[in-house]
Amino acid sequence: MSADGTEGAAPIEADAVIVGAGPIGLFSVFELGLLDIKAHVIDILDKPGGQCAELYPEKPIYDIPGIPVVSGQGLTDSLMAQIKPFGATFHLGQRVDALQKTDDGRFRIETDLGTRFIAKVVVVAAGGGSFTPKRPPLGGIEAYEGKSVFYSVRRMEDFRGKDVLVVGGGDSALDWTLNLQPVARSLTLLHRRDEFRGAPHSVERMRALVGEGKVTLLIGQMSALQGEDGVLSAIAVKLKDGERRIGVDRLLPFFGLTMKLGPVADWGLNLHENLIPVDTEKFQTSEPGIFAVGDINSYPGKLKLILSGFHEAALMSQAAYRIVYPGKKLLFQYTTSSSSLQKKLGVS
Amino acid sequence: MAKITFIQPDGTAQAVDGEPGMTVMETAKKHLIEGVEAECGGACACATCHVYVDEAWRERTGVPAEMEEDMLDFAFEVRPESRLCCQIRVTEELDGLVVRIPEKQF
Repeated sequence: MSADGTEGAAPIEADAVIVGAGPIGLFSVFELGLLDIKAHVIDILDKPGGQCAELYPEKPIYDIPGIPVVSGQGLTDSLMAQIKPFGATFHLGQRVDALQKTDDGRFRIETDLGTRFIAKVVVVAAGGGSFTPKRPPLGGIEAYEGKSVFYSVRRMEDFRGKDVLVVGGGDSALDWTLNLQPVARSLTLLHRRDEFRGAPHSVERMRALVGEGKVTLLIGQMSALQGEDGVLSAIAVKLKDGERRIGVDRLLPFFGLTMKLGPVADWGLNLHENLIPVDTEKFQTSEPGIFAVGDINSYPGKLKLILSGFHEAALMSQAAYRIVYPGKKLLFQYTTSSSSLQKKLGVS
Repeated sequence: MAKITFIQPDGTAQAVDGEPGMTVMETAKKHLIEGVEAECGGACACATCHVYVDEAWRERTGVPAEMEEDMLDFAFEVRPESRLCCQIRVTEELDGLVVRIPEKQF
């Protein structure tokens, strides 16, 4: 994983690249692994589990066969344990931006961090798409993005000497309030209520800075942006005692994540209503060698269930084997009785 | 059955039958009410089923639990009458409930 994001580094040669580390992406590691196909897994989140880990880690799931009840995080943890023998490499916190076919029939993949792969097969297990920061529905905000409005901090220097408004009440908002306060010219934290979801320690530190007059805390909500040509000059906020304009040139809104199809739409695959049509024998897309499993695919009778995705991963792997090991015979075996499968699982 | 009226930002009202036991969000989805997105499917994890409960009904629908209050941080234009409608369960007592859909759901 050390090569991730290193410019000019040679691409990673892979049997399979799995796009998405949700439950179906993880189980794909297992099914491919049983067939000796090693996988690299890429996900935009900084942890495996996809929606299970991001949206409902504590919530119960009742329809995983053989498991009466398991939480989203519990299922993720179990899958991670189950796929451990196959030594997949995870590339987290990265979004696959480009996917192209090479002249030799393989696929070139590049992430937004610049990690590159050459893969024999690609498995798109991207669920509802990539998790992206929610954009406050303020008129004209798009024009400011990347210049004055940021949803994450990649370079602290962009905030040096600036009048910064951080909005939100969770750990991201608090962490960046604390980290940017020393470099910013002024820092204002805006939240809709005087209660914060973030770590108690961060809340304490923030309140201390407010006490010292180094951070301004406002309780209210944004209502409009003001500025020109992508350069922000002020933000109108509604406070308890009325509306106020705050002069700022940097805005960092933290309102959680939402799912967007994202770059998947640019990969030249046939799409139907933001889903990728596949056949139900191989779960292959319109591009041979690129498969789609889980919530992101569509076919007659499709149900967006984790258990359906598991089945799709198993069949997809059979088809992937024929591409990764052309001409080699594939013997169907059971994990219960096959000593060769048990050896791969590390149990014999 | 409990009659539930959803009012769009432009004033259009739709009255539908809510089944006791279901949530107001599920009722909205079942009747294809615009503006109730419920991206997370009712896990109280996304704040895209944000509604404003009519003043007359606020007492009967109750106040948000802590988790819902936290999740309301992710909604836009939150007001005292804001609720995530996946957290309001339909009961016979809510027959006649009126909720307003916000201008924007994020």
